[in-house]
Amino acid sequence: MRYLPLTDADRAEMLAVVRAPSVEALFEDVPAATRLSGDLDLPPHQGELEVERALAGLAARNRAAGAGPFFCGAGAYRHHVPASVDHIIQRSEFLTSYTPYQPEIAQGTLQVLFEFQTQVAALTGLPVANASMYDGSTACAEAVMMAARVTRRRKAILSGGLHPHYAEAAWTLAHSAGVVTRRLPAAVDAERAVVEAIDTETACVVVQTPNVFGTASELGAIAEAAHAAGALMVVVTTEAVSFGLLKPPGAMGADIAVAEGQSIGNPLSFGGPYVGLFAAREAFVRQMPGRLCGETRDAEGRRGFVLTLSTREQHIRREKATSNICTNSGLCALAFSIHMTLLGETGLRRLAALNHARARRLRDALEALPRVEVLTPRFFNELALRLPRPAAAVVEALAAAGIVAGVPFSRLDPRAGLDDVLLVCATETTTDDDIAALARGLAAETAP
Amino acid sequence: MTVLSVGRPTRPESATQTPSASRGHGLVQEEPLIFELGGWDKSGVDLPKPALDAADLGDLVRCEPIGLPGLSEPETLRHYVRLSQKNHAIDLAMYPLGSCTMKHNPRLGEKLARLPGFADLHPLQPLQTVQGALELMDALAHWLKTLTGLPAVALSPKAGAHGELCGLLAIRAAHEARGDARRTVLAPTSAHGTNPATAALAGYAVTEIGQTADGHVDLADLAAKLGPHVAAVMVTNPNTCGLFEREVLEIARLTHAAGAYFYCDGANFNAIVGRVRPGDLGVDAMHINLHKTFSTPHGGGGPGAGPVVFSAALAPYAPRPWLVRGPQGLALAEHASGEAAAGFGRLCAFHGQMGMYVRALAYMMSHGADGLRQVAEDAVLAANYVKARLSGALTPAFPQGFCMHEALFDDAWLEGTGISTLDVAKALIDEGFHPMTMYFPLVVHGAMLIEPTESEPKRELDRFCDALLELAGAVRAGDVARFKGAPYFAPLRRLDETAAARRPRLAWTPEAPTPQPS
Repeated sequence: MRYLPLTDADRAEMLAVVRAPSVEALFEDVPAATRLSGDLDLPPHQGELEVERALAGLAARNRAAGAGPFFCGAGAYRHHVPASVDHIIQRSEFLTSYTPYQPEIAQGTLQVLFEFQTQVAALTGLPVANASMYDGSTACAEAVMMAARVTRRRKAILSGGLHPHYAEAAWTLAHSAGVVTRRLPAAVDAERAVVEAIDTETACVVVQTPNVFGTASELGAIAEAAHAAGALMVVVTTEAVSFGLLKPPGAMGADIAVAEGQSIGNPLSFGGPYVGLFAAREAFVRQMPGRLCGETRDAEGRRGFVLTLSTREQHIRREKATSNICTNSGLCALAFSIHMTLLGETGLRRLAALNHARARRLRDALEALPRVEVLTPRFFNELALRLPRPAAAVVEALAAAGIVAGVPFSRLDPRAGLDDVLLVCATETTTDDDIAALARGLAAETAP
Repeated sequence: MTVLSVGRPTRPESATQTPSASRGHGLVQEEPLIFELGGWDKSGVDLPKPALDAADLGDLVRCEPIGLPGLSEPETLRHYVRLSQKNHAIDLAMYPLGSCTMKHNPRLGEKLARLPGFADLHPLQPLQTVQGALELMDALAHWLKTLTGLPAVALSPKAGAHGELCGLLAIRAAHEARGDARRTVLAPTSAHGTNPATAALAGYAVTEIGQTADGHVDLADLAAKLGPHVAAVMVTNPNTCGLFEREVLEIARLTHAAGAYFYCDGANFNAIVGRVRPGDLGVDAMHINLHKTFSTPHGGGGPGAGPVVFSAALAPYAPRPWLVRGPQGLALAEHASGEAAAGFGRLCAFHGQMGMYVRALAYMMSHGADGLRQVAEDAVLAANYVKARLSGALTPAFPQGFCMHEALFDDAWLEGTGISTLDVAKALIDEGFHPMTMYFPLVVHGAMLIEPTESEPKRELDRFCDALLELAGAVRAGDVARFKGAPYFAPLRRLDETAAARRPRLAWTPEAPTPQPS
């Protein structure tokens, strides 16, 4: 077997040193009745060629996003990732290392994390960021828990503009810990309803911008209302490229900002692995979940980096930890950081502007369709459309014609009564031909 | 201290007298932060200059500088390659971190996960366009269920601790469905920190179960602490002392008799895969770290994946989404209706770590049933070999009998020397190895937990043992400086972790105002 270096001669020699009569003897503590005598009913080992043939066969049965016109967003985004990003993250020293518990031989990973944290802090407009969460949705759920700890209150208001999967993931975690979540009705302009839902028992309001319908909002008034009631504002962003064009959460009064970082450096990969960004005001740093990398000095006074404030974490604090997270999204954070370094300020701003410009082109093309209504007034690169019939059926019909038209809102939340709403997204990868194809397809599918 | 021509100090004089098996480190370079290197108007990506009229966005437009430096592509490559050379890696040398299973990461998985049919696939595409991806998830589920002897699996948890949460929330939902509000989870003192942290997150109080002198769960203590208030017993098996809980069937019996569920922390599944099925041991739920047993790369701290297998009793309470096979092929039950109605909810957006599923399935298919069984046998043999070779010089925590996949030593052999477990770990760095897990499990004083895995050739195991035996000789000879000053040969000397925590500096800040972007 190509991955197992021990030979039978090695094994015999090692058994002699161990003084075991057989390998079987090493498993003596396993109850005899439960020891398997033969192989399980699974295929035997296979060579690279055979495994590749089988799995490439499965891959070929999928329609890759890049295979034609494609308009899905809603929490995961198709962007161009520079070739060097994927090359660097496959270096053995990044790919096959562990969490940097021994800082003297993990300065590569640690410096990357310090740079990543600084980039995330800059993007979100908040002073401190952690070394990543699993994804945007779990970062959001952890933010709700953190707000409950900070305020010692047990109620969270979730905007109706929050991605329904995020709301559900937040409910799961909050509910188990006895924190109540109140989810406001889904609407394109759901942020308008948030302020009046805040009361003096509210730990936090969770608002998303751009929201799941694509609406970009000024959240300053919500922050003011939350702070006046002693609550925190958590701002969620699922499209990290928007940080290059839109006012950051920190500038609108966010106490905690969480985001899905997939857009920068990471492929769609059918939903994971992604990378959750988590930033907060400095005063809350000891209540933050996840790993934090900090600067220090070595015995000769040279700058170096270590994991720090670990007294918040599970391996030290156990049941009193701020979170149970251990493994996070290190390599995805590296990909994010490399891509962000390649972009730089200029590149990110251009990329964001380009996305917005493509989405406006898309809006213009769809607005011209007589039976399609564009619902989102101010957007970054996503729009909600109202169709004259259920969006799911339209998407299915267009998929058969080779066009992936977007995400029917009913796929995310079938109970919202928004079956006729279609979410569409354009990025720098969307061409004029793609847009024309979608417009033609939608025109045909919505014809009376 | 001498200084290299580039102005960087060489290792101090004391180090030159210290014998070491390590190789040269002349390739390691100093590397500033990107914020000290990058240009505010420089970019490694060519994008058209926007002719943007952002009037439609009004006051939402970001006007202030963001503070992001950019680098050209060659500068970027050089920055990260230089940094990479400051990392230890499994591809470089042995990485025997106990409980972490640092084994070889096959590159076939990297290649396959990057096929456009997997990597360029959106999680919300119409289901008829992703049938191959769903088939792959179904195949992975089949392997996991067969290997564990349990009938259901939730794939979506994103790491081991997330899997623990998934398991405990299903247990909670199962109890609540019967109107049974149990508030306590039992876990041994030797448990991973994630176990009590997860239990607390899932709304439970945690009570510790004691341990016998020979490193196993204290059955009498377990029996005494079980009761109608106990929702679950969390046990790692093989446990964190590297021992198989030989009374596991009795643990399961007592747990079930008290109306509680048996949660197994599957972090150490590598030791028994293909040899024992947790379902045959009475386990109700177990997470499987795909990044451990099934070797998806650790990536410097993730991403991982932590699917959870469930017994029939817990299967209905698993989280959404579920795979459902119908006349049109595979579908996903994504909402709380039909088959997923009793489930405890949703753990995260979308369907889990697809990129990890591809790698794990490639690993499983490559090994096959026979190869996976060999994995467990070789991993256990390697750990016992290390234990046998070191036992004369170091003090094994549990000298009697065989260990499973990891060998545990305490610090009795260091007593009175002024040298600590930490010092030994740092000295091991000078020998070119990553240290073992230190000070865990907590039940063993100055613990050193060594997990060699099945990936190490015998000569590498011998090199590691020889190095540790040589260090033990230096301990006996009283060469304290070799340990207290270590590491001498790493890119940096020992780092001041106390100072880092006292005044946390968690982000780079400019000394001068950030220049305006052009």
